[in-house]
Amino acid sequence: MAERSFKSEVKKLTAGEGEVFTGEGILAVTKGLLQSGVAYVGGYQGSPISHLMDVFADANDLLASLGVHFEASASEATAAAMLAASVNYPLRGAVTWKSVVGTNVASDALSNVASGGVKGGALIIVGEDYGEGSSIMQERTHAFAMKSQMWLIDPRPNLTSMVDAVEQGFRLSEASNTPVMLQLRVRSCHMTGSFIAKDNVRPAMTVGEAASAPIRDLQRIVLPPANFQHEVEKIEQRWPAGIAYVRDNKLNEWFGQDSDTPEIGIIVQGGLYNNLNRAMELLDLADAYGSSRIAVYCLNVAYPLIPEEVSAFCAGKQAVLVVEEGQPEFIEHELNTLIRRADLQTRIVGKDMLPRSGEYSAAVIRDGLGKFLRAHAPHLAPAEAKPDPLPRDVAMEIPQRPAGFCTGCPERPVFAAMKLVEKELGPTHVSADIGCHLFSILPPFDIGNTTMGYGLGAAGASAFKPKDKRAIAVMGDGGFWHNGLTSGIGNAVFNKDDTVTLIIDNGYSAATGGQDILSSRADNPVRVTKNPIAKAVQGVGAKWVRLVERTYDVAKMRDLLREAMTSSEKGPKVIVAQSECMLNKQRRVKREQGKVLANGGRVVRERFGVDSDTCTGDHACIRLSGCPSLTIKSNPDPLRQDPVTHVENSCVGCGLCGENAHAAILCPSFYRARIVSNPTGWEKFRQGWRARIVGWMQARDDRARMARAF
Amino acid sequence: MTEKNRIAIAILALGGQGGGVLAEWIQHVAREAGWLAQGTSVPGVAQRTGSTVYYVELARAGVDGRMPIMAQMPMPGDVDVVVASELMEMGRAVLRGFSTAGKTTLIGSTHRIYAISEKQVAGDGRGNGEKILAAARERSARFIGFDMEAATERTHSVISAIMFGALAGSGALPFPREAFEAAIHHSGKAVKSNLAGFAEGFARAQGEIAMPQEEAPEIPMPTTTMGKVLAARARAGLPDAALANALHGLAKLMDYQDGDYAALYLDRLERIAAMDRAPFDLTQEAARHLALWMAYEDTIRVADLKVRAARFERVRDEVKVKDGQVLTVTEFMHPRLQEVAESLPGWLGRRVMGSAWLDRALSKGRHVETTSLRWFLALRLVAMGRGWRRSTLRYAQEQGRIEAWLNRAQKAAETDLALATEIIRAQRLIKGYGDTFDRGLERFAAIMAQADAGAGADALRVAREGLLKAA
Repeated sequence: MAERSFKSEVKKLTAGEGEVFTGEGILAVTKGLLQSGVAYVGGYQGSPISHLMDVFADANDLLASLGVHFEASASEATAAAMLAASVNYPLRGAVTWKSVVGTNVASDALSNVASGGVKGGALIIVGEDYGEGSSIMQERTHAFAMKSQMWLIDPRPNLTSMVDAVEQGFRLSEASNTPVMLQLRVRSCHMTGSFIAKDNVRPAMTVGEAASAPIRDLQRIVLPPANFQHEVEKIEQRWPAGIAYVRDNKLNEWFGQDSDTPEIGIIVQGGLYNNLNRAMELLDLADAYGSSRIAVYCLNVAYPLIPEEVSAFCAGKQAVLVVEEGQPEFIEHELNTLIRRADLQTRIVGKDMLPRSGEYSAAVIRDGLGKFLRAHAPHLAPAEAKPDPLPRDVAMEIPQRPAGFCTGCPERPVFAAMKLVEKELGPTHVSADIGCHLFSILPPFDIGNTTMGYGLGAAGASAFKPKDKRAIAVMGDGGFWHNGLTSGIGNAVFNKDDTVTLIIDNGYSAATGGQDILSSRADNPVRVTKNPIAKAVQGVGAKWVRLVERTYDVAKMRDLLREAMTSSEKGPKVIVAQSECMLNKQRRVKREQGKVLANGGRVVRERFGVDSDTCTGDHACIRLSGCPSLTIKSNPDPLRQDPVTHVENSCVGCGLCGENAHAAILCPSFYRARIVSNPTGWEKFRQGWRARIVGWMQARDDRARMARAF
Repeated sequence: MTEKNRIAIAILALGGQGGGVLAEWIQHVAREAGWLAQGTSVPGVAQRTGSTVYYVELARAGVDGRMPIMAQMPMPGDVDVVVASELMEMGRAVLRGFSTAGKTTLIGSTHRIYAISEKQVAGDGRGNGEKILAAARERSARFIGFDMEAATERTHSVISAIMFGALAGSGALPFPREAFEAAIHHSGKAVKSNLAGFAEGFARAQGEIAMPQEEAPEIPMPTTTMGKVLAARARAGLPDAALANALHGLAKLMDYQDGDYAALYLDRLERIAAMDRAPFDLTQEAARHLALWMAYEDTIRVADLKVRAARFERVRDEVKVKDGQVLTVTEFMHPRLQEVAESLPGWLGRRVMGSAWLDRALSKGRHVETTSLRWFLALRLVAMGRGWRRSTLRYAQEQGRIEAWLNRAQKAAETDLALATEIIRAQRLIKGYGDTFDRGLERFAAIMAQADAGAGADALRVAREGLLKAA
C-alpha cells in the first residue's frame, strides 16, 4: 500500500460530462486517460508521477468496471514493452515513469515500438524531473523523442490543456502510427487546478478481446528486412502524417497576433508558457490573461516542429526569441535549420540571451527577455533591475537542509554500523544505489563514492577486484527487483566478484512513496508479495548470504559487516538488512494503536530522551545518527556554552540511540522511556510500591544534599 | 499593468510539517469565495526532511470570463504573502527574494529546527537568528513572527493550523475568519485541535514579534552556612565580572562534592584573579571552566544525577507522561573497566584495573532500568562513591591535570592575559565519555602544546574554534 491513500481521488476519477474536476495535475491526466478509452496502463513509480500509479493501484474496482487493465510494472523497460499491445491491435495504451532516468531504462523497448510503429494510440507520460527539487541528472527527454522519432507533447501548464493533450496525444499517435510522449514538468504534476470533465469511455477493444483474436504482421517486427522498411516508413509516412495532424488540429497556439511590434516574436515550449506570460506581465508586455504585446508561438508539440507554421510565424520578423529549457537546445537548432531552408533572414535568438542550464523560472525568463528586448526592440526594454541580494553575513547563517533519513528510519542504523566498521578497518569504496539509502552520502554519514543508477549498486562495484580490501555495494529492495538481482547479484556470482553487497529490505519501494514490491511483507489482495530477497539471491547462486531481521541491532550489523569484509570465503557476500520502513510502519501502527486506545486497551509507547545534566554537548551521538528527532537545545547549565543534545517528542523509539550508545560506547545520557497507557492492575500495583520506596529514599537523599548544598 | 486580481502566497516548510495541508486549506477558502486557486510544489526527495516551497496563487477570472494565466512558482518581487514554518526557512524566503520591502506580508515562526550542519559539530554550530529577524523586518511590508512550535504545544495542535490562523489573523487575504475555519471543518480531520491551533495563531498574529522564550538561569542564593561563607568570600575576593560564574561554580561543586571541594575551587580561582585586571575576562572564564573541569563526569556523578527525584520529575515532563500511565526508564550504560576502576577507592581501583574477567564482564552495554528497585539501589550505591571520591584514581588524575593547566595559565598571565584566557578556554574541548572524552583530551593537549611552543592568543582561539566546528 502506498504512503498516501487515494480513495477520495479515485472517486474524482468517476466524474462525468460537465462536472468540474478539481485536483492535482497528474490526476487530471489520469482522468484524461479514462476519458480517452485507454485499454491498458502500466508504469513505474517515481517523483513526479508516483500519484498516477498510486491512484490506479487504489482504483481497482473502477478500472475493472471499465475493462481497463492496469499493471504496476517491474521496471520502465517492462512498462515500455507493454506498449507492444498497441502494435497489432487498436488498443489505446499509456505508460508512465520518471524521466529522464526511466526513459533511459525503457529505451530499448521504446526504440522497438517506435520502429515498428503502432496501430492503437500509445502514450508515454514522462514526469520530467528537471530543475528545483530534482534528484537526478539534468538531461532532456526531448533527445529520446528525436532519436526514436516519437512525438513529444509539452502542453501549457493548466489542467484543461493537459487533459486535452492526453486526448489529442492518442489521436496523434493513431493518425501517424507513432508513439507519443507527453512531457509533464514536476510542478505541473503537483499543480492543483480544475477542468470540465467528460464521461469515462470504455475501450473500444479490451486487452482480453485482443488476446482472444491474435493478429500477426511480420512487417511490424524489428528484423531484416522490415527494420529497414521501418526507417523509410518513419520518414515518408509517419512523419508527414504527424505534421499534418498537429497542423490541421492546431495543437500549437498563437498569441499576440495583433502585436504592435511585428518585428519580433517569441517561440516557447508549451510547458513554459505560463512562466513566460508572467515574465511579460511584469514587464508590461502582457496582461494576466495572456493578451500579449509581442507575438508568441507556443509549441504544445515540442517535436516535431511544423515547418510551415515556423515559416509563417518568423516571416517578416527581425528576431525571434526561443524560450527552450535545458540543453542541448534542440529546438533552437532545428529552428535555425528551418529558417535557413525557408530562406528567411530572421535571427533565431535563444541560449545567448537565456542561461544555458537550469530551470527557466519566470524570473529567469524576465531577465532573458529584457536582454533580448534591449538588443532587438529597445523601445520595449525594461530598465535593468539592480539586484539587492541578502548581505553575505546574513545569508551565511541560513543552513542548507539536505534530504535525510526519516525519524526512526531502519536504514540509519545500517550506516551507523558501516561508520563503526569504517573506523576499525579504514575507509572502503562504497558503491551506492538509488533510493532513500542514497542519503548516506550526505552528512552525518558521508558514506558512498558513486551511484550509477537504480538497482545498479552492486554493478557499480563490479570493477573492483580487491586484493585485500573489499568494496561495499548498497542496494535497495526496489532497485533489487527492478534489475539488481541480475545486474548486480547474478553478475557478481558469474564473475566471481568478491564484493560485499548490502541489500536494504524495508518492505516497500519507499523513496517513491511506499509502493508494494515483490518482497513486501504486507498482504496485497491484487498483487503477489512476500517473496524473500534472500531466496532470490540464493536462487542465482550466491552462497554467502546473511539475513538481519532487525537493522536496529547496530552491534550485530557491525559484526556481520566486519565478517563480510574479512571472511576468507570467495565470491559475493550478500547481507539482507530487513526492517520495515518507519514512515509506513508508523502510518499503520498509529492507526491500530489509536483504535486500541479508543477502546481503553493497553498501549505501549516508547521514546528516547537525553539527560541534559550528564550530556556534555559533544554531539558524537548526532554524528552517528542524524535523526530529525535527535536535535540540540540551549544548555540549561549556565556555565556550559555548547548546546546539549535533545530528543523531541516526535521520537518513535526505534532504539537506535540506545544501540549506538552501546555499540560506539558513547555516553550514559540516553534513556528509553516506556509509557504504558491503560496499564494492567499488576503494572499499576508494581508502579505504586516502587514509587513509594524510591520516593522515600529520594526524599532522604534530597534532604542530605540540601544540607551540604550552597 | 492591467488591474491586479491576484494574490501570490509562498509557503516554506520542512518535509512533514504539513505545508501541503496548509496550501490546500488556503485554496479551499479562496475557491469557496469564488476565486480561482492553484497550488504547486516540488516535494520529491525534499519530503524526506528537506525544505520545500509550496506556492499558491489566487486569482479571479477577467470581466469577460477570460481565465488568468497562473505562475508555477513564486516570483521574487511579486509575492504578497510568505508563510514560513521555522526561523531559518523564513530566512530562506528572504534569501530567495520572496519577501519584498513595502509589499510582502511575512509570517514566520521564530523557533528553530536545527539543520544537520548545525547539530553535528562538536561545539555550537547554530546559526544566528537575530540577523534573520532583522532581515525579515527590513524586507517585508509587515512582519509577524512568533514561536509557532510553542503555540502548537499549547494547543495540542499542528504547526500548519497555527500558520493558517496567523495567515487569517494577518488580514492579508480578503476572506473573513469564518471562511478559514470552514476550510478546517471541510477537511474533517482533527477539527477540534486544528481549530484550537488556528485560534491561537490568529490571536498571536495581532501580538508582538517574539523569539522563543528561554529561561535565564538565576544567580544562585546561598541557603546553608557553608554556602553563605563561600559566597561572602567570593564577593570579597573576586572581581564583579566573575561573580556570577563563580557563584554558579560554587553551587555546582557543593552539589558535586562538598563545601571543602568548593573552597578548593575558590582557592584556585583567587590565584588566577590575583593576576588579572579589568575587564577581568580571565577570571570570569576561569570561574566557568574551572568549575566545569572540577565537576568532571565520573561514574559516581552520573549515577548520582540519574537517581535524583528532580531527574525523575524532569523525565516525566519531557516524555509527557499523563496520569494513569505507567513509566519505566531504562539507561544505556557502558562503563568501561577503566571508568569503573577509576571510580573505586584508590587501592581497590588499582587492583581491578588489570582484571581480565571484569574487563570481559564490562565488554557489553547494560540496560539499566532505573525505575526498578534493583537498579535504583545499584545506582544509588554507586552514587555513594562521593564519600570516597577523593581517594579515587580519577580524582588524582584530574586534579593533576587541573593544576598543570592552571599553572600554565598563571604563568602566561604574567605577560599576556589574553593568552592565559585562551589557555583557560581550551577546557571547552574536554567533554563526552569514552572515546569522545579521550579525543577531547587529545585536542586539549594539542592546544596546550601550541601554547608551550609559543603560539599567541589569536592562534589558540582559531585552533579551538576550528576544533569545536569539526564534526
